[in-house]
Amino acid sequence: MIISVASGKGGTGKTLVATSLAFSLKDRERVQLLDCDVEEPNAHIFLKPVIAGSEAVCIPIPEVDETKCTYCGKCAEVCPYHAIAVLARHVLVFPELCHGCGACSYLCPEKAIKEVDREIGVVEWGKSDGMKFVHGKLNVGEAMSTPVIRRVKAKANRDAIVIIDVSPGTSCPVVESIKDSDFCLLVTEPTPFGLNDLVLAVETVKELGVPCGVVINRAGVGDGKVEEYCLRESIPILLNIPLDTEIARLNSRGITLVEGMPQWKESFIGLFDRIREIMNERSSCLKR
Amino acid sequence: MKEVVVLSGKGGTGKTSIVGSFASLAKSKVLVDCDVDAADLHLLLQPTIREQHKFWSGQVASIDKEKCTQCGLCQEQCRFAAIKDFSVDTISCEGCGFCFHICPAEAITMKENMAGQWFISDTKYGSLVHARLGIAQENSGKLVALVRQQARKMAEKQGADYIISDGPPGIGCPVISSLSGASLALLVTEPTLSGIHDLDRVLGVCHHFGVPALVCINKYDINQDNTRRIEKFCLAQGAEVATRIPFDGAVTEAIVAGLPVVEYSQNGVSHQIEVLWELVSKSLAN
Repeated sequence: MIISVASGKGGTGKTLVATSLAFSLKDRERVQLLDCDVEEPNAHIFLKPVIAGSEAVCIPIPEVDETKCTYCGKCAEVCPYHAIAVLARHVLVFPELCHGCGACSYLCPEKAIKEVDREIGVVEWGKSDGMKFVHGKLNVGEAMSTPVIRRVKAKANRDAIVIIDVSPGTSCPVVESIKDSDFCLLVTEPTPFGLNDLVLAVETVKELGVPCGVVINRAGVGDGKVEEYCLRESIPILLNIPLDTEIARLNSRGITLVEGMPQWKESFIGLFDRIREIMNERSSCLKR
Repeated sequence: MKEVVVLSGKGGTGKTSIVGSFASLAKSKVLVDCDVDAADLHLLLQPTIREQHKFWSGQVASIDKEKCTQCGLCQEQCRFAAIKDFSVDTISCEGCGFCFHICPAEAITMKENMAGQWFISDTKYGSLVHARLGIAQENSGKLVALVRQQARKMAEKQGADYIISDGPPGIGCPVISSLSGASLALLVTEPTLSGIHDLDRVLGVCHHFGVPALVCINKYDINQDNTRRIEKFCLAQGAEVATRIPFDGAVTEAIVAGLPVVEYSQNGVSHQIEVLWELVSKSLAN
């Protein structure tokens, strides 16, 4: 079972929710946490995993053998990313523009192009206090995060409870992280910014056909419009976490909420049980 | 004309509240929201949309069922696992066109993709260029490049001194697109271990692209030990810490009121943002 934790707006508490949920469940379930925010991964700060292994994430980019190349220009013509340019007697490759689709090497009439690996990030895995942990890190200066996210997700073990920490926003890295999830928790805050970005996040998960529920963090600040919206759209609000300076202090020191304030453990177990109920209801509805 | 882009690495550190306040403080400027997939700046600036344009970007493959012989070559060759059961998953398709080129039955066409919209708006603070990426769309980097280009055109036309840009979180494609060629990056961080970790990475991106960076520590009093760590870290990295801004509930109240915080309240936060803008504009003048 895969539960992803997303938000639209950044800094609403995705990592707080993902790590606390994992921490609360680890004694009664097999838990695996995947940090798919490969641009700014933070879950390791809270879970302090012992890293047991790692592998580089590479994309295959073209390398042209100019002794075979006739400068016909086919490769440049088929590349929609403008990652390869053919001059009169020279071929230029722009590695950072290449998506690694493989069209140029396959279609080269002279078979003058082979693919070589270019490293864009790394995936690391290990254990943290009884739970499995995987995260990815995009190299600084690299633009394309989705290949790294794909490799993190390839490590998901569907027999366990897989919790995915997602990056903020609603574009390709978010879609790549959430798709194939069984449920998506959307963490928001009760402000106009939180609401605006929650609406976008809800549209995204709907597009992906993933059921969702909301966690309101810093409840008590702002206004009541997030709750009104959820009510109107029949989106369940599964947990409220109040604005509390003690929670903020723990968070600033990299301590998981449930570890620092164990009284929260029951709430997160309750949150998980409600997700399971919603999914059971949904699957019995689908069967009917 | 100088361009400052406000970034943070970690989301939710206060980028938009600061840009909204700069909009109120700076005299001659064009505003641009480069966070195209979760834009919030318009909620503070209350724009009236003057121009609305479609953003066409990239292509998506489409298989003609009549012509398809189900040979399976496209499925086998697609690196993005975007073809299943002889039909295209448009969310996974990266528009590379490999399948289109190799299909022996010529059953695949590439269709133009409407990936979002962009706007030129009037606000009481001046012009705002902003956008909305379509749901689950790619190419946010290209849309960012487009809104920046439009903002630059507008600033040139108006003879504006500054372009003030609200950047996206992270360090990937839209961030690089927001940053490259800017005069200055203002990095807004917070004194949490996550904030420090993410500042390190976004500062690395600034170095990588040769854009000078100025740091602002927001909500500095949440953890003063971490604030000192950030200051030490910045010193070692050669990045100047411009200001410390205290935590204050007025920032959220201003968001609810739909106003830049400097207009909502004359408190310590507003004062520090005024100091920050002075430092930023001085830095841009050099």
